[in-house]
Amino acid sequence: MSTLLEIENLTVQFNTAKGLLTALSDVSLHIRAGETVCLVGESGSGKTITSKSIMRLIDFENGIVSGGTVKLDGDELTAMSGRELQNLRGKKMAMIFQEPMAAFDPVFTIGSQIIEVIVRHKLGSRKQAWARGVELLRRAGIPEPEARMKQYPGELSGGMLQRAMIAMALACGPELLIADEPTTALDMTVQAQILQLLKELQQEFNMAILLITHDMGIAAEMADRIIVMYAGKVVEQATASQLFGQPHHPYTKGLLQSITTLDSIRKSRLPSIEGTIPGLAELPEGCRFHPRCPHATAKCVQESPPLLKVNGRQAACWYAGELAGKLGDGQAVVQTNGQSASRPCSPADIVHLEPEPGYSIPSPFIDIIEVKKYYPLGRSIFAKHTSSIRAVDDVSLQIRRGETFGLVGESGSGKSTLGRMILQLEQATGGDIRFEGRSLTGLSEGELQKTRRNMQMIFQDPYGSMNPRWKVSDIIGEPLRVHEAMNASEKRIRIEALLESVGLNPKWADRYPHEFSGGQRQRIGIARAIALRPSFILADEAVSALDVSVQAQIINLMQELQQELGLTYLFIGHGLHVVRHVSDRIGVMYLGKLVEIADSEELFANPAHHYTRGLIASIPWPDPGRERIAAGIAGEIPSPSKPPSGCRFHTRCPAVTARCREEEPKLAQVRNSHWAACHFPA
Amino acid sequence: MIRTLTARLVSSIMVVLGALVLVFVIVYLLPGDPVFTILDPATATPEMIAGMRAQLGVDRPLYEQFWDYAGGMLQGDFGKSLLNDEPVLPKIIAHFPATLALTVASSLTAAVIGIWLGVLSAIHRNRWLDVVVRIIGLFGISMPTFWSGILLILIFSVNLGWFPAMGSDGWQTLVLPALSLGLVGSGFIVRLVRNSMLEVINEPFIVTLRSKGISERLVMYRHALRNALIPALTMIGVLIGDLLAGTVVIETVFSRQGIGRIISDALMAKDLPVVQGVIFFSAIIYVLINLLVDMSYSIIDPRVRRLNARRQAS
Repeated sequence: MSTLLEIENLTVQFNTAKGLLTALSDVSLHIRAGETVCLVGESGSGKTITSKSIMRLIDFENGIVSGGTVKLDGDELTAMSGRELQNLRGKKMAMIFQEPMAAFDPVFTIGSQIIEVIVRHKLGSRKQAWARGVELLRRAGIPEPEARMKQYPGELSGGMLQRAMIAMALACGPELLIADEPTTALDMTVQAQILQLLKELQQEFNMAILLITHDMGIAAEMADRIIVMYAGKVVEQATASQLFGQPHHPYTKGLLQSITTLDSIRKSRLPSIEGTIPGLAELPEGCRFHPRCPHATAKCVQESPPLLKVNGRQAACWYAGELAGKLGDGQAVVQTNGQSASRPCSPADIVHLEPEPGYSIPSPFIDIIEVKKYYPLGRSIFAKHTSSIRAVDDVSLQIRRGETFGLVGESGSGKSTLGRMILQLEQATGGDIRFEGRSLTGLSEGELQKTRRNMQMIFQDPYGSMNPRWKVSDIIGEPLRVHEAMNASEKRIRIEALLESVGLNPKWADRYPHEFSGGQRQRIGIARAIALRPSFILADEAVSALDVSVQAQIINLMQELQQELGLTYLFIGHGLHVVRHVSDRIGVMYLGKLVEIADSEELFANPAHHYTRGLIASIPWPDPGRERIAAGIAGEIPSPSKPPSGCRFHTRCPAVTARCREEEPKLAQVRNSHWAACHFPA
Repeated sequence: MIRTLTARLVSSIMVVLGALVLVFVIVYLLPGDPVFTILDPATATPEMIAGMRAQLGVDRPLYEQFWDYAGGMLQGDFGKSLLNDEPVLPKIIAHFPATLALTVASSLTAAVIGIWLGVLSAIHRNRWLDVVVRIIGLFGISMPTFWSGILLILIFSVNLGWFPAMGSDGWQTLVLPALSLGLVGSGFIVRLVRNSMLEVINEPFIVTLRSKGISERLVMYRHALRNALIPALTMIGVLIGDLLAGTVVIETVFSRQGIGRIISDALMAKDLPVVQGVIFFSAIIYVLINLLVDMSYSIIDPRVRRLNARRQAS
C-alpha cells in the first residue's frame, strides 16, 4: 500500500488572548491508502487539532502551522493557498463529526447540503447530484432516501443524520475520510451500526480512515494501527494487536486499564491514572506525562523523550523497552493511590443481599408501583382528545437499601424520566412511588422538602449543573443553607471536610467552577450531593461525559462513598460495561417499559430479552482479536408517541412471532431473581 | 399554518382592544379641558362652557363616554376634529401613504445598511474594519434624529444641493428623511446581526461547510447569515414600530406631510379626537407589522414551519 498521508514533525500553535499556545508538538504519523488508523487519547490530547490541521481548518480558529509538513498524496498541504485547499476539502479528504445534529445547517434540506458539495467540486449538474445524493443515502442505509433528501436536519434522528453525514462526506469519493468521534453522541446500538457501515463503505470506496476516538473498544474493533496522543504529542504508535497485546507507554497502559470491560471484576476498584491532562498553557517540562507517571525518573522530568522505534512499533518513553515487559501482563497497575489494584469489596463492605424469592421484595427502600408518565402532545383548544408521549408506561420495581441499581436502555427508553420521578422532579401521571414506605406522590410542599434531603442527584454535565458565578463553597453550601441551621464557621468546616472526602483540596473552596477540570467538577457535584448525608443518590449518566481515566476515578470515589455512608444508588447509564461494573442489579428499559430485571452478573451472563442481548452485542470490545459474536440491534427506537402494538420491541426483534405483534408480554420469572418481559426468552 | 395564523390573529385582536382602552385612558388623563380647545377661556361664560360640555359629551359618566368612543372606533368612526369638524379617519388615511413610504424607506435603509455592516463586522471580528463599523453603529444609535436630520439637510441640501430639504412630493424628498431615520435603526441592527453572526460562526455546521470545500463567501452569506437573521428578525419587527414613531419628529424636521405631522399638530392644539385616532391607527399598524414578522419566520426557518405543521397534524 502506498502512503496517502504523511505528517512529519508537525507543530501547530494558536494565537490566543494568553499569547501563542503550542497545541501540537512534533507530531509525525502516516496513513496508507485504504488503511484505518485510530487516534486515541483523552480530551485535550490534541486528536481533534491534528485532524483539523490536516484539513487546515485551524486557519479559521487562529491556528498556524509553525513547523513540519503534511503531505497528501505528495501534495504539500501546509504550503497551499486557501483556494487550493478549498478544492481539496470535501473532494480528496472529507470529514464527519461528533454531533450529527449540530453538523448540518438547520435551515437547508439534507438534499441541498449534499448537492452543494457535489456541484461545488464540479462532479455533475444539480440533477445528477440529486440522483447521486439519493443513491448515497440509500447506500448509507437510510430508508426512503428521496423523501429524506427533502427533509430538514431537525426532522431526522441522530443516527440517521450521521448516516446522511457519511453519505455527504463520500459524495465526491474522498481518498481520506477523517471521522472525529463519529459515534460518541449516539446510542450504543446505533454506534455499532454506524461503525459497521463505515467498515463496509471503506472497502467499497477504498478509502483511508483516520478515526478519532476516546473509546479503546472502538479502536480495537476498527483500527489497523493505533496512535496514542497525550498533551499534543504522539506517545505511542503500533498496530492494534501490538498495542493491546503489550502497551509500551505507561500512558497507553493506564488508558487500557481504566476501561471497564464485561469481564472485569465487578465492584472492584478500577485502576486509574491519577491527576488530569495538563492544559496547553501549563505543559510540564521533560516528558509531558511525567507528573502522572508512576515510573518517572529524574531523566523524565528533565528531558523530553523522542518517538523511537522499540520492538517494531514507536513509543516516546525513555524506558519503553524496559517497561514493556512489566506493563504487558494486563494485571500491572499504573498507580492506585497506595492501594492494591483490583481490590474487590470484602464481603463485609457491601450489604449482604439474600436472593429474594419473588419479583417484589418485602419492605423495599424505594418502591415504584405501576408508575406512568405521559406528556401530552400538541395541546389545542380545538382538539377533543390529545395524544401523548408515553415516556414511562406502567413500570414497577424495587430498590433495596444499600444497593446500586443500574438502569440501562437507549435514549428515549424513559430511564431518566423514571429517575426524576423518584426525586419528584417530575410528577407521575399515575402509580405510586414509596420512599422508605412513605408515598411521595401526595406530599405537601413542606413534607417533600424534608424528604428531599435524603434524596440527591449527580448530573451528567457537572459544569452545566453549577452556577458559574458561584464559588465552590456556595455551591456545596447551598443544600446546607436550605436544610440545616448552621453558622458560617460550622458551614465552612463542613464544606472543607466534604471537599476532602471527594479528593479535592479544601483550600479550593473559594474558587469558581471554571477553574476546575471536568473530573474535578464532577467531584464538586458529588460533594454537593452528599452534603446532607442523603440515603439515596440518583446518578444520571454521571460519568458519561468524562474521559476514561477520570471516569475510573469517579467510579472509585462513588463506590468508596457508598461504603462509607451506606448510600443507595440509582445509576443510569448508556455505557453498559460501566453500569455492569457498579451495579448489583440492573433493569433494562425499552420505550417506557421495563423489559428485563436481574442481578448484574446474571443479566450479562444469561440475557433473556432479545433487546438486552442486542444491547450487550453492541458493546465494542477492547480486544482486537475478538470477533463479534452476535449482531447488534437493527433499526432505531420508534417514537414513544406511537409505540408498536404487542411487545414494543417486536419491530426490531430477531425472534419476532405473530404473538409478539398482538400480545404484550408481562414480566415473568425466567430464573432465580431474573425476570424478563418476553414471550420467547432466550 | 392556518392554526398558527388564527392563534396569532386572536392575540393581535386582543392587543388592539387593549390599545383602544389605553388610548382612551391616556387622553382622559391628559391635562387641560377639551372645551377650551374650542372656547376662549377669557370670554366663555359658565353657560357656554356647560353647553359645550354637553355638545362634546364630556359631561356624561365615564363608562358611557367609553362605550360611545369604543363603539365608534371599532366601526371606523374616529370622530371629528375639534378645530374644523373634519372627520378624523379620512384625514389619517389621506396622509398615511406618505408616512408609510417614509417608514418603509427608512426600514429598508436600516436593514440593508445594518445587515451588511453587521456581517462585515462579524467576519472581520476585532480587526480595524470591525472597529470602524462598531463606531459607526454607535453613532447611529446615539444621534438624535432631529440632529442628524438637520445635519443631512445642511450637507446634502444646503451645501451640495443634491436633495430637497423639505416637502413630500417625489422620491427625492424621501432620501434625506429615510436616511436620517434609517441610520438610527441600522445602528441597532449592526449590533444585533454582528452578535448573532458571531454565535452562528462558532456553530459546528460551519466547520462542516468548510470541510466540504465551500468558499468563505458562501459559508458566510448563504449559510451563516440565514441562520443569524432568525433572532435578528424579531428585533427588526420591533424596530419598524420605532421607526413609525420616529416619523413624528422627522416629518416635522423635513416639513413632510404624514400622520406623524398630524399628531404633533393635534397635540399642540389639544385636538383630542385626532390624537386618539392617530394613536389607535398606529397601534393597529404596529400589530400588523409584528404579525407579518411572525409569519416571515416560517419562511426563513424550516424548524418553525415544521413545528406549525406538526401542531396542525396532531
